[in-house]
Amino acid sequence: MLVFVSLKQFFRDLRNQKLRTFMTIFGIMWGTISVILLLAFGTGLQEHQVKSFKGLGEQISIIWSGVTSKPWNGLPRGRRVRLTEEDITNIKISVPGIRRISPEYTGHSVMLKSHRNNLVANVSGVWPEFGMMRNIIARDGGRFINARDMDEKRRTIFIGDELAEKLFPGEDPIGQSLQVRGMPFVVVGVMVTKSQDSSYGGRDKRNAYIPSTTFQSMYSQRFPNNTIVQAVDDGAMKGVIDGFYRYLAAKYNFDPEDTEALQIWDTSEGFKFFYTFFMAFKLFLVGIGCLTLITGGIGVTNIMNVVLEERTKEIGIKMALGAKRATIMFQFMFETILLTFIGGAVGFALALIIIKLFPLLNMTDELGTPIVHFSESLGAVAILGIIAFLAGFFPARRAARLEPVKALKLF
Amino acid sequence: MIEMKSIKKTYDTGSVSFDALKGIDLDVDKNEFIAIVGPSGSGKSTLMNLMGCLDTPTGGEYMLEGNRVETLSSNQLAEIRNRRVGFVFQAFNLLPYATAYENVELPILYAGLKHKERKRRVTELLGKVGLADKMANKPTEMSGGEMQRVAIARALANNPQLILADEPTGNLDTASGGEIINIFEELWRDGRTVIMITHDTNIAKRCQRLIRLKDGRIDTDNGNGNGNGRH
Repeated sequence: MLVFVSLKQFFRDLRNQKLRTFMTIFGIMWGTISVILLLAFGTGLQEHQVKSFKGLGEQISIIWSGVTSKPWNGLPRGRRVRLTEEDITNIKISVPGIRRISPEYTGHSVMLKSHRNNLVANVSGVWPEFGMMRNIIARDGGRFINARDMDEKRRTIFIGDELAEKLFPGEDPIGQSLQVRGMPFVVVGVMVTKSQDSSYGGRDKRNAYIPSTTFQSMYSQRFPNNTIVQAVDDGAMKGVIDGFYRYLAAKYNFDPEDTEALQIWDTSEGFKFFYTFFMAFKLFLVGIGCLTLITGGIGVTNIMNVVLEERTKEIGIKMALGAKRATIMFQFMFETILLTFIGGAVGFALALIIIKLFPLLNMTDELGTPIVHFSESLGAVAILGIIAFLAGFFPARRAARLEPVKALKLF
Repeated sequence: MIEMKSIKKTYDTGSVSFDALKGIDLDVDKNEFIAIVGPSGSGKSTLMNLMGCLDTPTGGEYMLEGNRVETLSSNQLAEIRNRRVGFVFQAFNLLPYATAYENVELPILYAGLKHKERKRRVTELLGKVGLADKMANKPTEMSGGEMQRVAIARALANNPQLILADEPTGNLDTASGGEIINIFEELWRDGRTVIMITHDTNIAKRCQRLIRLKDGRIDTDNGNGNGNGRH
């Protein structure tokens, strides 16, 4: 009964109080759109950046040879320290905390020739683990270098997606023949397109990979250009690097404290900074979001205050005619909830439309694709609803608690 | 119907307090037709609001149709305003955005009647005040006299025996004012009690009993024929 009457009065008010209704709905709608877009774009940007950063690999270090900077055990400084593939195998066994490890032999500007095209690219000789460490994933139907390729020194090659596009335009490269420095190889895999914002020696999409054993038989290169190592977890990298120094210092006779003896890029360091940065960024977004919500709430409160005088008189009349406090409060709450709901729903829908249309602007490479986390958005809308509700609730309760004569302003 | 003993009303606005009513003793029987007169500030409206349970006294005892008003809860007071008292204001106090029909329907809604019964009642009441053809009109589309007739129909919605009117003709021209007074007189002849504040001596003369207020007290009261009033 009461719901029906309130619903009827609500629609009558809606018809008759167009401006008031519109302003209230608009305030809530505006707040909802702002907050949802803010959250969606913030999350989208963050996830885009994280993905790009992970393009190089997670928890990995890249190790190059170095030159000793301190004399040690009667030996002079300035001696070159270079790892062999054997060292890498030994380190993998003896140093704890290593998840994966691989040498990387790099042939720069190697001529690649397909039946369609010629071009030059970097070709690296690596172990099968390399792909997993560097987030180099094969497209469906293909694979990365495997253990049999290694054992049998097969002429198999895995190519980046951009290379694939250029060498085999419009074709499936897998199984096709590709000449590397005049020697025929079989393409076994093509990399899945990935975002990558940092690299050494070029983006992976323009590189090609072959088994390290095959590489060595082609180039007779004794020392790998660098080594990639992945720690078992976040905290393990430091121990792994210490293990490298200890093992190599003992073998090549240099001071284990001599950090110049190896050049190491620990990308997990960058990752830590990155996480800190995005933590701050997220806090900043939450802060802005809260301010936006408060602004929306103030807007609604203002509207409620503007209509308060008119409202108070209306409440006075209704009480004079025998409306109970509960009836009046119910009507008011019902109205506010419905207005908030409509405003929130419309705002939500508009925000979703904007988010869906955004990729059409072709800016997703820089800004990422906005992502709506339903729970976050729902929380934001709920907070806005509560603010709007309180903004309407308290003036109504004050008016409903007055003597009818005061609400009517008869004295 | 109404028994008031030493009713006082003091308005306390922070530092200043103002005694609007300084002790009113008043008995009203069934089916009286009373005019309350007096200079402005004498407490007429305050007395009227107390009688209609729109306000509560700060002292004294008020019995309305056997109910001790001071002891009633806010819900019970709402029920009295809804069913036992019909209030007519000088400024009409209609809901501006609702039609005549909806304005009259409101008290019946609060009384909890079903749609069919409400429709029958509203139609009958608006017909009685001569506005059967204006049911769908809003107050802004009506003359002052028509608005006041809607307000009277609304006051009668739940068939109360007590009608209180605070200067019901104050905002009207003489002709429509006269029509309004005719309606009140008719209600009295139907057996209701009608109490009305007025400045118009011609209107006051048509009433059966005249109470004059002065400075928060009853100055003169020509009685109700039962010997309750003072002469």
